Parts: sequence; C-alpha cells; structure tokens
Amino acid sequence: MLSNIGIIFLILTLALSISLIYYSFINLNKDKKIVDKNIYYLSLYQTTFCILSFFVLLLGFIFSDFSLINVFENSHTNKPFFYKITGTWGSHEGSLLLWINILVIFSYLFLIYNKNKDISFRFYTIIFQNFLIIGFLIFLLINSNPFSIIIPEPKEGLGLNPILQDPALAIHPPLLYVGFVGSSIYFSAAMASLVSGFKGKPFATSIKPWILISWSFQTLGIIVGSIWAYYELGWGGFWFWDPVENASLMPWFVMTALMHSVIVLEKRNSIYSWVIILCLLTFTLSVTGTFLVRSGVLNSVHTFANDPSRGIYILMFLSIMIFSALIIFFKNYKKENYNFHSQSKETYILVNNWFMFFFLTSVLIGTLYPLFLEVLTDTKISVGPPFYNTLIIPLTVIFLLLMAIGPNTSWIKGSYKNLLFATVALVLSIILNFMIYNFFGKYSFLSNLIIISSIFLIIHSIYDCIKMFQKSIKYDPSRIISHFGFGLLVFFIGINHNYSIEKDFNLRVGEIKNFQNYSINFISLEKEDRKNYTAIVGNFSIFDKKNSLSENLKPEIRIYDNPETLTYEAAIRTKIYSDKYITMSNISRSDFYNIKFQEKPFMIWIWISAVLISVGGVIRIFKREVLT
Amino acid sequence: MLTRKVKGRISFIVLLVILLSISIFFIINSLKENMLYFFTPTEVKQKEDIEFGKSIRIGGMVKKNSITTNSNEIKFVITDFKNEIIVTYSGSVPNLFLEEKGVVAEGSLRDKKFFVARRILAKHDENYMPPEIKKVLDNNAK
Repeated sequence: MLSNIGIIFLILTLALSISLIYYSFINLNKDKKIVDKNIYYLSLYQTTFCILSFFVLLLGFIFSDFSLINVFENSHTNKPFFYKITGTWGSHEGSLLLWINILVIFSYLFLIYNKNKDISFRFYTIIFQNFLIIGFLIFLLINSNPFSIIIPEPKEGLGLNPILQDPALAIHPPLLYVGFVGSSIYFSAAMASLVSGFKGKPFATSIKPWILISWSFQTLGIIVGSIWAYYELGWGGFWFWDPVENASLMPWFVMTALMHSVIVLEKRNSIYSWVIILCLLTFTLSVTGTFLVRSGVLNSVHTFANDPSRGIYILMFLSIMIFSALIIFFKNYKKENYNFHSQSKETYILVNNWFMFFFLTSVLIGTLYPLFLEVLTDTKISVGPPFYNTLIIPLTVIFLLLMAIGPNTSWIKGSYKNLLFATVALVLSIILNFMIYNFFGKYSFLSNLIIISSIFLIIHSIYDCIKMFQKSIKYDPSRIISHFGFGLLVFFIGINHNYSIEKDFNLRVGEIKNFQNYSINFISLEKEDRKNYTAIVGNFSIFDKKNSLSENLKPEIRIYDNPETLTYEAAIRTKIYSDKYITMSNISRSDFYNIKFQEKPFMIWIWISAVLISVGGVIRIFKREVLT
Repeated sequence: MLTRKVKGRISFIVLLVILLSISIFFIINSLKENMLYFFTPTEVKQKEDIEFGKSIRIGGMVKKNSITTNSNEIKFVITDFKNEIIVTYSGSVPNLFLEEKGVVAEGSLRDKKFFVARRILAKHDENYMPPEIKKVLDNNAK
C-alpha cells in the first residue's frame, strides 16, 4: 500500500521534472518578459509531491511497515521512536530520497527568490537543475528504490545499526546533505549563466546566498560528524583523515574558495570564469564523494552498505555531468582581462584560493592514490594521518598569518596599512606562546609556529571587532566571526594535541592503576537492561592527585539484540577547561577489561570555535536578506 | 619590447608554475614517506626485501583460542590459514576484535613471525570484512 503511494509520488515528481524542462524550453523560445505562472505551479507541485513521498517513507518507518524492504532492513518495533524517524535517512535508499528532496526544494526556492533576475538565466537554471533531479530520480527508482516490497511480509525488522542510533548522527546526514546538494543549485546556475550570458555582478548576487547556505550547513555537518566520532567511536580523536571524512572535506575546500571568490566577482566584476569553474567543481566533488562512499571502492573505517552497481551508475552520471559541463564551459568561454595589483584584497583572495586548492589536492591524492596503486600494481597501501599532517600543518601557519592580513587590505590597490599593529600583534603572540610553552609544558617547533600564528589571527580578529564597534561601518561581522572562529579552532586543536594525556591498560574489577597524577580504581561492574539493549556498566573512580579531585565515570558496553552488536560507550566528563574520557572493552571474554583513559584539554572549545566558523556564514545569509 | 601587461602576465604564469611544482613536489614527497603497505602473513613470509621496524599493516583473521591477556598487553595470532604471525599489542581494541573475525593491525615487524602492533583498526559492522582480507580468503579458498 505505502509502497504504491510512494512510487506514484516519485513518478509524479519525475513527470513534473520533464514537463518543467519542456515548458521552460517553450517559454525560452517565446521570448517572454515574465515567467509564466504555470512554471511556478509546476515547481510547487513537484516540491509537494517529492516531500510527500518522503513522508510516505517516514510513515512506513513510524508504523514499522515491514512490507517495505528498506524498513525491514533498517528498523525494528523495539527501536525508540526518535530513531524510527531518523532511520528514514539512515539507509542508502532513504538518504538518496532525502538528497532528491533537497534538490527539488532548492530548485523551487531558487525560482521564487530570483524574481528580478534575467529570465533566460532562470529558465536555464530550472532546466539544468531538473536534469539533475531526473538523473537521481532514475537512479533511485531503478537501483535504490526505498519503496521496494518484500513478500511475504516479515514479522519483525532487522534493526538499525546501533552505532547509528545516536542524536548527533541522526542530524548529521541532513546537515551534510544540505551542504552537498545545496551546491547543485549553483552548479545549475553556473551552467545557465554560461548558456544565457547572464554574468557579472548580478550573477554573483544571485548565487551568493546559496553558496553561503550550503557552506554553513556543510561546516555544521562536518562538525556534528566529528563530535559523533569523538564520543561514539571511542578513540578519543575527532578527525581521522578517513576517506569518508575526506569526501565531505573536499567539497568544503572548494566551497570556501568559491565563497571568497564570488565576492571578487560581486565587487570587482572579475574572475568570472574562475567562479564558474569553482561552482561546477563543488557539486562534481560532492557527487564524487558520494560515489566513493557508496560504491565501496574505498576502504574506510566507516562502512556503508556497499553495492558495486550503485557505483557504476553514479560514475556514469558523474561522467555525463562533467563532460557536459566541460563542453558548455569551453563553448561559451570568453577571454577576460585581469588587472590585479599585487597588493590588493583580490590578490589575497586568490592566495586563499591557492591554499584551498593545495589542501584539496593533498586530500584528493591521499584519498585516491591508494586506489590507483592497487588497480595498477596490486600493491595495497594506506595513507594515514602523518601524510596529511606533514602537508597541511606547515602551510596552515602561513595561511593563518595571511588570513589576518588579507581582509584588512583594500580593493583594487592598497597595501596593508597597519604595519605597526601587525608588529605589535606578532610580538604579543610570540610572548603569549612562550608563556604557554614555559608554564604548561613544552612542545615541538612546528607547534610553536602554529600557536603563534593562530594567536596572531585571534588578536587581529579581536582588534577588527573593536574597530567595528567604534566605527560600525565597512566592517563585516560575519567575516570577523568566521576568521576568529578559525583562529580559535587551530589554537585549541594545537593546545589539545600537545597537552592531551592518554593511557591504555588492562584491569580486572577491584584493581587500581596508578600513573602520573592519576589513580584509577575499577570499583564495580553492573548489568542493566534498557529499552533495546543490555548495558554492562563499569564504575570507575578517577583520583587526580594534583588537584586532589575525585570523579566517578561510568563507561558502558552495550549489547544490542537487533541486529546483534556490541558497542562501547565512552564516559565523558566535560568541563570548561578539559574533558576526561574513559572507554572500557572486554578482551575476548576474559576477566581483563581494556581501559583507555584520556584527559583532553579544551575539547568543548574546539566545538565552540568550529561552530563560530559556520555562525559567520549564517549571519551573512540574514544580513543579505535585510539589504535586498 | 614586451609591454608591461605582457611582462606581468608572464611573471604571473611563471609564479603559478613554480608554486604548482613546489606543491606537487611536497605532496609526492610526503606521500612516499607516509605510505603504509599492507601485507598478509603469507606475503610477509614470501617477501625477501621486507624492512623490519618500518610501519606496515598486517591483515588476516584472529586465530581461534589464540588471544591471551595480561595486565600490560594482548597477544594473539593473525592467520590467513596458510601462515601465521604472532602479534603483541598494548592499547584498546575495537569492539569487533574477536577470535575468528577479520583484523587489521598497524605496527612493525620484529622478525618474520613476530609483530608489534601500535593500533588495531576498528570496523563498525560485524558483517564487515576489510576488502583486503576478503580477497586473501577468496584466494586461499580456491
């Protein structure tokens, strides 16, 4: 029943896509001045049907309709209500439906929010966007239909992977998808701009809000993902340079480059072609990321249910997309004149782009090189964190310094005026760094540089902020907040990295482990039956000799029945200046429990500063709406 | 004579090329230093020019009844059903580290039969098998 309704909605969406393309072409030839009302209606109906199909799947999950394979495989009647809802996008099929929903919704929003823009540009954007929608809809219907039925109807579902039954991971995919898929709209707009010849400042203003929306959501999505990794995976780290993480980071680099370059296009009407390339590249990388993750070609610690046939379809779709983008780009490419003075904001923004592309290339090579090597020579390798650290950390030092100076340079031609302040700020950062170095403990030369440069950026941002309140003109709060957030983020990661304490050991119940300033007592072990799992709760007392502070932490081992899985739940005591983190695991059913204890300074500040980065983007979105 | 504009463009392109080659050089260099090779116990046995002490990954199945534990370390045997390597490890193990399940250990060889692991890799899914091991098992089954 639900299956039929869902499929009907999807087919209606598909039919509306085709008619939208058809009507747009007709209207283009008629040379009208305003967009036909029918187009709005068609687009609105399309959005409605698409959202309805998603609701049908949602209902299937809420009422545990196991006649749908997707519900059967990813749900269970015992599952808490919240995870029944989030299970909708927990599986590949459901998340692809979410993906299409975002494509459609963005298409409609773009249509209604650009009413005063060139008409052929709008029609072409609808056309290209609907080609994307059709592509993904066909993929969904042929290969990953969430409404496929199973006969006979099973009595009980298999359950959602327990590791996904978590609030952070429930909101992580929608956030990330708004980022990933949000980039589709400026992909389509860029293609439309090439075809229709609608370019320059008006083009920049029409895509800028969408870039900001997708960038802010992408940033938030990445943060939520790493928060989840931090407390759920039990390693105490938050970024592992895992291929799946890289897949979300690569479009982010290009988006960041684009977000800065589009300002140059808006203010100076320059680098149009470059902005177009970035627009096209962002969505291409998003789809590539999906391909890498979903097809299973990458060996990752995160596993998704993989299926090679999916990979082939996405790869084909991707090739068509890239190929047509290239053809349209070169067919409509016009030479531009660039007149950049070496000392200007434009140049700094291009330097930013260079850094973004360096980071992108590093991550891309690190992710794809093992794949190529295996195909070519059958040698299996993996590229770990050291690769990324040696490449990215040294450049981040220079990047941070330029990030402080760049925004304070004027457009067209203008040197950085406040040399005196910069010197004072630099001296101050060096002094602060050595105070930290001397009072709290020593660290490497590179860490010194990182901390100095991040303090330099922080001081600069604070200074800009003060100036902003004094003059309250010309300064841009969203930029200051984002740059400030980035400075803080690097600073806290640097501190966190250097002052973390980590200890692994094996204990039996009742034993005490002493090391450094800590004494850890494994008091007891209890068994508790909870809603859909059994928990083995360890009771640990941690005594900090230096501060003579005693704390109790209770890590868990959870045994889920559906599907039968073990998960380790870390116990984390978050304080404003540090996190205490403990995980416990049983070793092949012996008396010994493996304990991992960590003290991680300023963890909460890493999250706060990362959130600040995306807050900057959000502020800019709303600021624009006030202006227009 | 070259005009100022052309000169500017040439120097821009030269700068771009230099920056590009420097970045590529650094990336390739770092890649060379930080690659981790993956071997199975059989490959370790057959390979003659293997470097002891260098970081590598070893993969296979945890042999049945081979895990022993004391307060400092865990000792177990990785097997690909043809050859075996003894692994010692002190640290936390991922939740799916079990006997007769797939495992990937990162660390270095002391000799061809003895491996000191620094990290045991976590896999989320109980049905999941690292592709490398699956391949090895498929080959051995033939």
